[in-house]
Amino acid sequence: MKLDRLGALLTAAGALALLTLPFVVFKANRIVPGDPRTLLQVLPAWAALGCYALLLAVAASALVADDARIRLLAALAGVVVVALAAAAAGNALTPPGNKVVRIAPGAAWWVLLIALGLLATDAATRLRPPPALRVLFLVVCVAVAWLALAHGTFDHLSIMREYAVNAARFAHEAARHVSLAAGSLGAALAAGLPLGILCHRVPRLRGATLGVLNVIQTVPAIALFGILMAPLGLLAAAVPLAAALGVRGIGAAPAAVALFLYSLLPIVANTVAGLKRVSHAAVEAAHGMGMTNAQVLRRIELPLALPVILTGVRVVLVQNIGMVTIAALIGGGGLGTFVFQGIGQTAIDLVLLGAIPIVVLAFSAAVLLDALVEVMDHTRR
Amino acid sequence: MITIEKLSKRYGATTVVDGVSMEIARNSLTVIVGTSGSGKSTLLRMVNRLVEPSSGRVLIEGRDTREEPAHLLRRRIGYAIQGHGLFPHRTVAENIATVPRLLGWDDARIRARVAELLRAFQLDPALYAGQFPHQLSGGQQQRVGVARALAAEPAVLLMDEPFGALDPIIRAKAQEDLLEVRQRFGTTIVLVTHDMDEAFRLGDHVAVMSEGRVLQYDRPAALLTQPADPFVSRMTGMADRALRLLALIPAGEAAAPGADGGPEVVSTATLRDVLSELVWRGVDSVRVVDPDGRPRGRLTVAAILARGRP
Amino acid sequence: MRSLANVLRAAALAALLAFLLTPQRFARLFVPFTQYGAPPIYDQGNLLTLALAQLGTVLVAAAASSLVAVSLGILVTRPGGAEFLPLSRTLVNIGQTFPPVAVLAVAVPLVGFGLRPTLIALFAYGLLPIFENTIVGLRTVPAAVLEAASGMGMSARQRLQSVELPLAMPLILEGIRLSLVINVGTATIGSTVAAKGLGEVIIAGLLSNNTAFILQGGLVTGLMAVLLYDALVGLERRICARARIE
Repeated sequence: MKLDRLGALLTAAGALALLTLPFVVFKANRIVPGDPRTLLQVLPAWAALGCYALLLAVAASALVADDARIRLLAALAGVVVVALAAAAAGNALTPPGNKVVRIAPGAAWWVLLIALGLLATDAATRLRPPPALRVLFLVVCVAVAWLALAHGTFDHLSIMREYAVNAARFAHEAARHVSLAAGSLGAALAAGLPLGILCHRVPRLRGATLGVLNVIQTVPAIALFGILMAPLGLLAAAVPLAAALGVRGIGAAPAAVALFLYSLLPIVANTVAGLKRVSHAAVEAAHGMGMTNAQVLRRIELPLALPVILTGVRVVLVQNIGMVTIAALIGGGGLGTFVFQGIGQTAIDLVLLGAIPIVVLAFSAAVLLDALVEVMDHTRR
Repeated sequence: MITIEKLSKRYGATTVVDGVSMEIARNSLTVIVGTSGSGKSTLLRMVNRLVEPSSGRVLIEGRDTREEPAHLLRRRIGYAIQGHGLFPHRTVAENIATVPRLLGWDDARIRARVAELLRAFQLDPALYAGQFPHQLSGGQQQRVGVARALAAEPAVLLMDEPFGALDPIIRAKAQEDLLEVRQRFGTTIVLVTHDMDEAFRLGDHVAVMSEGRVLQYDRPAALLTQPADPFVSRMTGMADRALRLLALIPAGEAAAPGADGGPEVVSTATLRDVLSELVWRGVDSVRVVDPDGRPRGRLTVAAILARGRP
Repeated sequence: MRSLANVLRAAALAALLAFLLTPQRFARLFVPFTQYGAPPIYDQGNLLTLALAQLGTVLVAAAASSLVAVSLGILVTRPGGAEFLPLSRTLVNIGQTFPPVAVLAVAVPLVGFGLRPTLIALFAYGLLPIFENTIVGLRTVPAAVLEAASGMGMSARQRLQSVELPLAMPLILEGIRLSLVINVGTATIGSTVAAKGLGEVIIAGLLSNNTAFILQGGLVTGLMAVLLYDALVGLERRICARARIE
């Protein structure tokens, strides 16, 4: 029997973390420094030992199992065990009715989660699931997490405490986050596709356009947001109509414009690259059969270029979801609001309340669009 | 020079090379020919241990190749492959100097050797030494690839489909160059190809491989006249075997004494070429002369036809 | 075309240096962006010091991530590390979905405020492009070239040093450039966790509603990023001029 080297590495990391690092951190209130606790200290002995036993079983399959399906199931089971253990610790440490104590997952918990995540990722990579299955898997995972959250399983953990305090704002900021990311993508598509087609047709335009867009990409997001505040502020001051439409120096307007500008490069560049990929023979044949230029574009070139263009859309969407975070700095709203508020108040749980959904959003967008690209790309089959 | 003893290579359950034994003579040019998947490349690569044999052994000048680390062994053996494998980030001169540098030659010796090789391959050192591979034509790249393989004066040169990527005209030239270079440096060459014409053209010994075994290892003419296996006849081609046989014999060797009239042919031309010439001109005999113009005798259609029979 | 680019380059560099060395000379330009007599030039710290601090942070982080990412990239492309390759590629893909701000935010609970979380975030985020480009660079070395190198008797180490790394170098350098440029921008966000840098100027502007400050911080950072990008492209060209692969 051969020991799996990755499994050995992850088992060692997980075991070391469980032995040396706190599983949860107990804080009497939001401000005071935390008090580290191990699993044995917070759960009844049978429950804690049960957790250890289950994790040991996961480790065993990580070490010796060859079948990637078994490894994946074991890793997911491990994630469930670790999550439920944290929830149980939260319940056990919170005195009834107390809304002040904070129980946060400790370093060992995070290390375990990362190790199990790596194990699951490795198994999933080896399985190479088809796109539909990947999307289904994502949907199931999100649904399970959603149900657990809605059911109140994790209500006594500090992040959910922060959520309870900010529940109303959370929905609003999340919606703002998504609409800023998706809206600027839509605008970039509306402008970038024609621009890309034009650049493909007029080679002289191509170099200059891509050059300018490249330079825009190198301007840091925070700076571009800031720089756009000035002209938009002036515009609002000079044109009352603009102000009435909600254009202001601060807030969502400069954020949307900046995101739009950042989004243009991947869209235009990928449109050009996608059209370039279309074989001359196909285009020539289409012309030979009497299609007009517009027909060739619509029926031959764009469908064939679609996978590459979609790859650009994926890049833009994932990048936008991340960048909207920064919009909070200029009053643009979005989940970044919690991140920066949390940083300002040294409230880590508030930071995570913003950061975790952002990562989940970006990751889901990546999985969905990757699947779409693969389905659309007939040439790769 | 090279002794291959019961050499086998297995990957799991599949046997790629199956108990091959061969004796390759010094200064010979041996061609291993076979279809793709016949195990010919694997056999070649076991000689310089790019592939480690599953069983059997290879001796070079009586020494087992496993006696020294593989990379040191390879520095003593030239190796040229299809698509040349030149290092794109190094100049022509640096490419050729690779093995001499690995062996720690001094700069003056390396420079002299590089210049010598470039001239041998008709590349002016002043012009080409500083160029990068991508600045050369396909034929030039291939020549540099062979020059690089010969740089450290190896006694043995292994070539794996070295001319596979060249178009027919450049390929014919490269084959001629190889024969010349072999004359000049006296290297023992083992060459792998799937092209029977190439095998007949270059090899003084040809090994026909199929499914990991050597079916016949002989002089080219013997492959035509006494095929050991139906597969060998299929590989050599039934339809034009008489012409192939004629193509192996130089006119000078077949010429009979006499000095009758008729057009003149050079003694290095093959009987096949001479026959073609006779048919074209509608005459019955030719005079054979050496390249320097000395008469060698005469050849008649009947004499040529007699040589085309087994 | 080329000389125009040089002129623009020199002008941008001159403008940046002039502004950083003697910002007050530019005060008149920024007055229109201030209200109620607020200072037109950032006055709570030295702009040059802040710019250099930011650049230093970025360079230190980039050096560390280059070292780690290139070593890891080499490791997973060796036969011994091959079983980690599929996982590492997936991780690179996942990693790129993490926004740099999130990395920064998550680093704070681990090491507290100041320079350290910024360094960690820049280091972690900078790993990805370099790692991915190292892998791609090493894996796209033509098979014939590798075969020739082994066939001529290079040891695994010699092959790596004198064939694989030089051929992968253009892509590795491109990865370092990408990560540096992203990091110049991300470093400004480091100011929200109290790291020294030009983000301080922008945030001061945001807090006091002084557009002049925001413009200064933003323009200087932007110029630095563009010039850095440009300089690195030039450096890459120079280093890779020889290693042109068809």
